[in-house]
Amino acid sequence: MNAIRRGLGNTVVQAFLVVIGLVWMTPLAGLFLSSLRSAEDTAEGGWWTVFTSPGQLSFDNYSALLENSGITQAFWNTVLISVPTTVLVVVVAALAGYAFAWLDFPGREPVFLLVVALLVVPVQIGLLPVAKLFGQLGLFGTIPGVVLFHVAYGLPFAVFLLRNYFAEMPKEMLEAARMDGGSEWRIFTRLVLPVGRPAIASLAIFQFLWVWNDMLVALLFADSSSQPLTVQLQSQIRQFGSNIDVLAPGAFLSLVVPVVVFFAFQRHFVQGVMAGSVK
Amino acid sequence: MTATLVKEASPPAPVHPDGARGRRLRRRGRVIALLFVFPALLLLGALVVYPVLFSVGRSLFDASGNEFVGAENYAEMFRDPTTLTAVRNTAIWVVVAPTLLTGLGLILAVLVEKVRWATAFKLLLFMPMAVSFLAAGIIFRLAYDEDPDKGVLNAAVVSVHDAFEGTSAYPTARARDGEGLTKQADGSYVTGADLSPGGTAALGLVGVAPKDLPGDARPAAAAAAGKANSDEVRGVVYLDFIPGGGGKPGVVDREESGLPGVTVEAVRDGKTVAGTTTAADGSFRLTGLDGGSYAIKLPSSNFAAPYDGISWLGPALVTPAIIGAYLWIWTGFAMVLIGAGLAALPRDALEAARMDGANEWQIFRRITVPLLAPVLTVVFVTLVINVMKVFDLVYIIAPGPVQEDATVLATQMWLVSFGGGNNQGLGSALGVLLLLLVIPAMVFNVRRFRRSQR
Repeated sequence: MNAIRRGLGNTVVQAFLVVIGLVWMTPLAGLFLSSLRSAEDTAEGGWWTVFTSPGQLSFDNYSALLENSGITQAFWNTVLISVPTTVLVVVVAALAGYAFAWLDFPGREPVFLLVVALLVVPVQIGLLPVAKLFGQLGLFGTIPGVVLFHVAYGLPFAVFLLRNYFAEMPKEMLEAARMDGGSEWRIFTRLVLPVGRPAIASLAIFQFLWVWNDMLVALLFADSSSQPLTVQLQSQIRQFGSNIDVLAPGAFLSLVVPVVVFFAFQRHFVQGVMAGSVK
Repeated sequence: MTATLVKEASPPAPVHPDGARGRRLRRRGRVIALLFVFPALLLLGALVVYPVLFSVGRSLFDASGNEFVGAENYAEMFRDPTTLTAVRNTAIWVVVAPTLLTGLGLILAVLVEKVRWATAFKLLLFMPMAVSFLAAGIIFRLAYDEDPDKGVLNAAVVSVHDAFEGTSAYPTARARDGEGLTKQADGSYVTGADLSPGGTAALGLVGVAPKDLPGDARPAAAAAAGKANSDEVRGVVYLDFIPGGGGKPGVVDREESGLPGVTVEAVRDGKTVAGTTTAADGSFRLTGLDGGSYAIKLPSSNFAAPYDGISWLGPALVTPAIIGAYLWIWTGFAMVLIGAGLAALPRDALEAARMDGANEWQIFRRITVPLLAPVLTVVFVTLVINVMKVFDLVYIIAPGPVQEDATVLATQMWLVSFGGGNNQGLGSALGVLLLLLVIPAMVFNVRRFRRSQR
């Protein structure tokens, strides 16, 4: 009796979770199907009509997108912003993380506490002052400007994460390396970086996706020649209804990269996101 | 908060070189250390710390930046109606979204443990975290579209509504004055109460565009000529109009079409005694009538305006709608984090309760939730911090005219500073307010870190 009830309960649970799963998939499926339909079909009815009258689907929107120089330029800008940002954050944070963990310098403790405090500082507060600063330095509206801003606001978390990871390394290992006469630079590149690889991987993936998906920072700091895909698409939202044949494939294009990264590096990604959620 | 995954470090022990060369080596060591931290400190100082100080200072000056106004901008924040809306909406966000997410995450985390495909389910729900707010915004802008032919949500709402309420076939139809049908206050039409069984009625309507006629509609003339039995009233409901002209009002002309699918009722002394629906040629038969006189009624349901669904992105529902999109993105996060906490619970406590005959609900309520409280707090606080800064979703999903109804602190700060408002004094004050709101989290992080170092 009890077993039957449990079995029944389990069926209900399974059914409930299947429904939730379907609900969660619907928005993405809807976007993808919309991206495959012509503007005329979209004006006639929603994406679900493809189930009753198939034959509407084609990749024409995507080929049009690839011929749209604004979109392709924005796609490359996204790459040119997110890849250097990721590399810079990892390098700068690894250097600082190692120093905070194992090197001695005046003010080490209070400065690191300041870094911890900066973890939750909202990006918004930096927009206006940094825009003025970049204006004076000629960085406003350029890709390096966007990159520098992202690096700075990625650093508190990155330094925090790597410092904590590096601090777990066995002291004996470092001392042995120093006995052998290795310079700090050599120890850093030959010992610390390889040992820290798991944390660095999580950080890099998290940082890459964060910047790839950013809109706010680039909305202010990038001009029309340096804007990433998110900003380029955002500028077309005003005529939302009539632009679905551009917006839907554009949005899909912008989310393909992160979703592929997500499935390729699930574990690192989940760890990175969960660790980085304090931002 | 971070510590859920980041292992907290043991106190680091700086390596001091000692011995005779000690001092020089140590100075050299310090120089090297400073070289290691310099890039990070330069960037943090110039682009994070300095802007914080600058914003605090700037918030005390007026829009032009020339005149010191003290706390005036902060007072203005609570006077300006739009900014006040932003404060109110942010408060709604901060209360509603983390609560729903933590609750939903907890329920799903507990349930998903019971199925074999838990990993696949977790992956599926976590995936939206990889999607940008912009893409999610476009997805939901599409889903929330008010036109049931475009937005999937309204398509679903309308089809559910129509399944229960039925659709009205002829929302635009009406009767000509003086041709026997009188309009009632509730929108229905009735004839005079003068029809006896065995009688016939030809009920003409106008105002139906030819393209709105159902495809199976047939000419009504043949049916109009039919004779009724002694226990029934027969008749046709027809379109009293010929495209291109011709025909007499009030007469069923040969080309005039019947109106299929109209509900027809026989009414006697205010009570409906029989009802039917017209056939393809508009004909109807109200059978089983006793002697006496009846009125024929075309109920208002025939003429009701079509149901258009819900105005998701209208001023009233726009914030809940955007919170819905936020749930789609973050539920997986809450579920996975709570699931990790669940996996770390002592199995024997649960087993012992099960042995004692506690049911699943009691176990959940009395054991799982209390033991999970620390994890739930971490999830909740993390979500609060993130929700406070929500920007992209609101900016993308709320259509232009309702931006002001949906605005939150982060979007308002943007609009005031850069989006036309161009009041950088007030904008800075809003930025500082955002910072002040996350200071408890800042203190929490610092305390937690220092404790871990002891």
